[in-house]
Amino acid sequence: MTCALELRQVSKVYGSGPTEVRALSDVDLSVERGELVAIMGPSGSGKSTLLTIAGSLEQATSGQVLVDGVDLATLSRSDQARLRRRSIGYVFQDFNLLAGLTAVENVILPLELDGVGAKAARATGLEAMGQLDIADHADRYADELSGGERQRVAITRAIVGERGLLLADEPTGALDSVNGEAVMRLLRAATRRGVAGVVVTHEAQLASWADRVVFLRDGHVVDQTVAPPGPESLLAAGERR
Amino acid sequence: MSVPHALLALLSDGPKYGLRLHNEFVSRTGEVWPLNVGQVYTTLQRLERDGLVEADDGESERSRKRYRITATGHRELADWLRTPPDLVPPPRDELVIKVLVALQIPGIDIHELLQVHRRHVIETMQRYTQVKAAAAEDDTALALVADAELFRLEAIVRWLDAADVRLKQQPPLAPAAEADPSLEPTDPMEVSQ
Repeated sequence: MTCALELRQVSKVYGSGPTEVRALSDVDLSVERGELVAIMGPSGSGKSTLLTIAGSLEQATSGQVLVDGVDLATLSRSDQARLRRRSIGYVFQDFNLLAGLTAVENVILPLELDGVGAKAARATGLEAMGQLDIADHADRYADELSGGERQRVAITRAIVGERGLLLADEPTGALDSVNGEAVMRLLRAATRRGVAGVVVTHEAQLASWADRVVFLRDGHVVDQTVAPPGPESLLAAGERR
Repeated sequence: MSVPHALLALLSDGPKYGLRLHNEFVSRTGEVWPLNVGQVYTTLQRLERDGLVEADDGESERSRKRYRITATGHRELADWLRTPPDLVPPPRDELVIKVLVALQIPGIDIHELLQVHRRHVIETMQRYTQVKAAAAEDDTALALVADAELFRLEAIVRWLDAADVRLKQQPPLAPAAEADPSLEPTDPMEVSQ
């Protein structure tokens, strides 16, 4: 089966000579559709660089990045841009919604940029907003929404259309833990519908929503969790105490 | 977990049989705290002895007794709810001890050791999160129980993270090499002083 995202021996170096900084070193990572992967690591470990390279917002210095089996290096710049609009959704820490647009206009922006007609785009947008229980707010302006609502709109924008890869950088931002959990539930639900998700976070509670947690340190993948046994194992652990 | 007080709480909305108390305890704690029926009956016996609950008269078989909370039981429950739990940590936290011991052993990669524990804790957190994810939306009790465990475990991860950064910034002094014999006191009088 083709992975939604595959990084093969990816390295990223900024600068050269004495100012050279190696942000990523020989990173291998595969994420399948339906899987939610969290990337954890201390500040400066390369988490955000990994995400921007996976999303073709930045180019690797060496190695291969494949999205749905397509090597990004083989695509022209315009084809890469099309891939970003059609296949990859991003969720940012600060939401990045346009205040002058309504919620649904924000959601369908990538569809319209891709040439989808206004009417069809709105219908698709409203359907996606319905999945995240936010369709009632479709015609409110972004700056009229609460933090939690804005984040739902941002996630809807990331999954609208036929996107197969969802990339999120600290997606719960400054939300409190209960609203942060709601965001993780949404990302998890999106992956259960067949999207591949990669979430960068430094918060263990948020990472624990992922099927797999990958640990980065100084640009290297140093470890990852194994598939957790079912929750019933907690009962057995309790009985041993 | 104080089983006696949990049982008093369950009795505060009316008299109940032991089996029903057991079932309510298990469902309200999200099945995270295992408790067998036998424990329920022995706890009820102690509560009865202490005058905190009383049983219906006339039945000798424990499974046929119905228990009610007494006025003393109500007072005990109210006092217990407001008494702060013991927040002083155990004197020797096992994980802290392991890390401190590891610092004394030459050749140990302390960051790798911290990562082994970090992964283990996060795998445990994933299991509690699965409990929350699979729970009914209105099962607030279970969410609270799982949250409590998750916050406790998260604190351990944060300690591991802090230790990682601290040890990177200030690597510990290497364990003392074999002592220089010239510095060893040889005069027995010197030792005794």
